[in-house]
Amino acid sequence: MSEHDAAPGAAAQQVRAFLERRREQIAQRWADAPLFRTVFTVSRDEAVEASKAVADALAAVAASGRLEDITAAGYGTVREQLGRTAAARARTGCSPARIADEVAALRAPAAELLRAEFPDPAAPRAQECLLALALLMGTLRLVVMETALSTGEDLIERQRQQLLEATTPVIKLWDGIIAVPLIGTLDSARSQVVMENLLDAVVAERARYAILDITGVPTVDSLVAQHLMKTVAAARLMGAECVVSGIRPAIAQTIVHLGIDLGAIVTRARLSDALVYALRRLDVEISGPVPAVAGRP
Amino acid sequence: MSVPSPGYAAPVPVLALGDVLLVTLQGDLHDDTAERLRQDLTRRIARHSGGRVTGVVIDISGVEVVDSYLGRVLAEIAASARLLAARTVLTGMRPAVAITLVELGLTLPGLLTALDVERALELLSGPDPAGARAPDAEGGG
Repeated sequence: MSEHDAAPGAAAQQVRAFLERRREQIAQRWADAPLFRTVFTVSRDEAVEASKAVADALAAVAASGRLEDITAAGYGTVREQLGRTAAARARTGCSPARIADEVAALRAPAAELLRAEFPDPAAPRAQECLLALALLMGTLRLVVMETALSTGEDLIERQRQQLLEATTPVIKLWDGIIAVPLIGTLDSARSQVVMENLLDAVVAERARYAILDITGVPTVDSLVAQHLMKTVAAARLMGAECVVSGIRPAIAQTIVHLGIDLGAIVTRARLSDALVYALRRLDVEISGPVPAVAGRP
Repeated sequence: MSVPSPGYAAPVPVLALGDVLLVTLQGDLHDDTAERLRQDLTRRIARHSGGRVTGVVIDISGVEVVDSYLGRVLAEIAASARLLAARTVLTGMRPAVAITLVELGLTLPGLLTALDVERALELLSGPDPAGARAPDAEGGG
């Protein structure tokens, strides 16, 4: 702490003493603030406990004198507590700005109590203490925002990963026949995962035929077509033949318009047609009516 | 792969199974070794003691890296064998190798492929479609 910080430092200590002395009253008031009230709907005692934890943490930060440092040790303990609270609010559809406002709303009750501590609220000493408290609360707001945002980022990353896994299953349709129903847009990352999963499945299932069903792919551009051709080529190198099925009329037209040559790839209109093709190639006898070939009822 | 082996390149063993030649590649292949294999194989196909060679099976399940040079040599072996009326089947390629080759743009269109040696022999024992090869190999060249 440099010299000109000495006075705010003293004010910080005074704020710490205030926070510790009035802990109970502050917690009672904060428990009624929207931030805690909306999360701890069942028990008010819990809200009071959470508020006390926050007040204690703030006192710890004030004791260290690092009012504007969001990495101060004291915030570590509230980070989790408030992070959970903020996450709970975010789940109910609360915007980060609203949460920040609610955290800011904690300042007024505390400031009111602090002001009551001084016989003359206009005295410089009182002003300094109020300023220190405002700084403290401002930093708390930052900490909450940071926690809320990083929780959001974690969530997005996790969901992205789940989406990647969930949308690229490899299904065994028959001995030696596997299928990959592709759903959603095929980008480089996804097609890489699809290719790896498919090739691993070719080895594991000793597959001779792999069906790539693109019914769930909304659009096919030259990039997607290139990904498809790469996958087909890689499967062929492993000794499996790929059949692409589920090309919708609109997509077929797009492919023709773009001048993409899928001539080297066996294509079928529907997954069932592709399965029939693969079964026939495997010399599996199909008894009973075979589904009509699409377009030729 | 680019480290030049001193002097003589170690030969790759070529096994004869009836009218099929079986080659198993292991580990990293020096360019010289690949070159030597190409010459050996062509010679063996041309002067096979047990009559005509109908097929060559190259098993690369023990190979972790296939670079563009080896890819080209394999394609050339297949093309030479084709001229001598033998079909070449590449087997046992690892998924990672397949992905790398495709990313390099080496789809080896002239080669037949199979999952393992068993499947390759099965494929070779079938009728030789000669001009009319499997649809997946068509139009790729």
